[in-house]
Amino acid sequence: MTTGHNDAAKGGRALWRGLVRWESALVIVLIGVMIFGSIQTPNFLNPTNFFYTGLNMGEVAIMALPLTLIIMTGEIDLSVASMLGLSGAVMGELFSNGWPIWLAIAAALVVGAIGGAINGVLVAKVGLPSIAVTIGTLTLYRGLALILLAPRTITGFPASLTQIGVVPIPGTEVAYSTAVFLALAVVTGIILHATPLGRGLVVIGLQPEAAKFAGIRVNRIKIWLYVVSGIVCAFAGILLTLKNASVSYDAGTGLELNVVALVLFGGVSIFGGRGTIVGVVLSVAILGTLQQALTQMNVQPEVQNIVSGGLLLISVVIPNSGEAIRRIRDRARRRV
Amino acid sequence: MRARELGIGVAIVVVFGLTTLNNHAFAQIASIQQLLSGAALIALLGVGETLVLVTNNVDLSVGSIVGLSAYIVGDLFKHNQGMPVVAGFIVAIVVGAVIGAINGLVTTVARVPSLVVTLAMLYIVRGLDGLLVNGTTIDPGSIPKAFTAVGYQTLFGIPWLAIIVAVVVAGAGYAMRSFRASRDLYAIGSNPDAAALAGIPAERRVFTAFLISGALAGLGGALFLALHAQIDVSGGTGYELTVIAACVVGGVAIFGGSGTVLGAALGAVLLNTINQALVASRVSSFWNEAIAGALLLTAIAFDRWLSLRVARSLQSAKGAHRAL
Repeated sequence: MTTGHNDAAKGGRALWRGLVRWESALVIVLIGVMIFGSIQTPNFLNPTNFFYTGLNMGEVAIMALPLTLIIMTGEIDLSVASMLGLSGAVMGELFSNGWPIWLAIAAALVVGAIGGAINGVLVAKVGLPSIAVTIGTLTLYRGLALILLAPRTITGFPASLTQIGVVPIPGTEVAYSTAVFLALAVVTGIILHATPLGRGLVVIGLQPEAAKFAGIRVNRIKIWLYVVSGIVCAFAGILLTLKNASVSYDAGTGLELNVVALVLFGGVSIFGGRGTIVGVVLSVAILGTLQQALTQMNVQPEVQNIVSGGLLLISVVIPNSGEAIRRIRDRARRRV
Repeated sequence: MRARELGIGVAIVVVFGLTTLNNHAFAQIASIQQLLSGAALIALLGVGETLVLVTNNVDLSVGSIVGLSAYIVGDLFKHNQGMPVVAGFIVAIVVGAVIGAINGLVTTVARVPSLVVTLAMLYIVRGLDGLLVNGTTIDPGSIPKAFTAVGYQTLFGIPWLAIIVAVVVAGAGYAMRSFRASRDLYAIGSNPDAAALAGIPAERRVFTAFLISGALAGLGGALFLALHAQIDVSGGTGYELTVIAACVVGGVAIFGGSGTVLGAALGAVLLNTINQALVASRVSSFWNEAIAGALLLTAIAFDRWLSLRVARSLQSAKGAHRAL
């Protein structure tokens, strides 16, 4: 029993140390990336670049926030990019049928809530594995977008709204989607780190059984997380549609894994229970800045993948490497 | 054959039968050949994915491996006119095996969740592919006829593609039932602690599963090239989730411990049959994806219902025993 207790205490301390280290490492990486960008392109750190970085990362970054909460509980949502596509398709279809734009946007958000609720009920109530369910709804929601919109591309959205893809918020160099992301990040951060609900999410991720016995309404919380994720992804779909001033059924195809990578690179454990919003925000900043720097160096997007993938790999291997080396050494000693 | 595989087999026959009633051309040889060729690649990747899924891991890098190995082989043919066809296949398998070995090593040595490792590899391998391809494409002219023949020629009316994959499925299916090492995979996936206590070398087995999955994805790249006779940077993009979907439809549990390669292969055939059936029934092909998604959800829910029923019947059996 005593050893178990010691292990737990050690684990707790290691966890805390790991957290501190990971976010500080991300800050250092971010500074490094900024220096790298400045060396490669003169005047890299200018407001215009900041605007475009925000514009490029906006939708993916926004979707990463609710996904962080879902991954914290040990579940996953792979349907995010399809939800984004479906909401854009709903909005485009209704708008092209003469609905007022605001009603079309509201309908897209409702569709997002319904899509999220379907995920949530299947995962929490029916008890199906979330990775399988959301691969299913990934296909289903994209399929519905296809039925709704293909092969058309809807354009002609009001210029007063589509300008969010061209100009920053007046008087600043901040893209609208950046502002939305930062506001949502603050809200998500407060929920996760400063409310009983947020502590509940952590407990669900670490010890689902214990969470249930502690009176945390695990299933209800999970369903609501998926509903929120659906709504936020729908909102990202609306932003993307307005930014592009057009929408077709395949908007955002394949983005789901980018969103997952963003969350994991931010130091959120895929097994749940560990991670911070600060980490995710830093992850967004690093990958966005890096992408901007590489694009300005004319590195093609496929090759940029090497850097993103390499960072993701390093981010999980390094925190585990000390233990791995110890294990290998132990084994070598036992053989001798 | 277990009930699960039989169920999918019946579903394939029903979809096929109904479509043929509606459109007699669906039962033509050419149409069936097309159906088999289309399903073959996903079925092949499904075999490797099953080995990995059974151990409660996942391999998201298969789509990128297909793209990279296809391009490397294509590029070799382009620059070495006389290269034998067999060499193309060997190179493809080696490329895949190397990436699979990296997946396996990082997952087992560093004990990093395989979802993260293979997600990272998905990006890295696609990036390497982009670096090699560098905006070019390999066109049919630079690939030997004998190689592309694998993609379109048939033996006794059966496409070579389908024969190759069927051999792999049969071999892997036999191995997964009868070999001790492959039974270990199921033990690792269903109860890792018990597997460790039973002295199963879990790390070595998981490594081998990733190695084989990578090698088969590499072979898949060669078949992709043979089938399409051309390749650019996007080849194989997005296959990973289709393959996992085929496995899940085929009854492979996403959290390990159960499922067969035959089930995964049949899952791939069923998904492709539905695709082709929609085309033949002149239903707009726009319905494909939504139906595939709904089918996937149904399959998962059905599996859950089945396992609950089995658990309940086991429980009541135990209760009855105690009463005696």
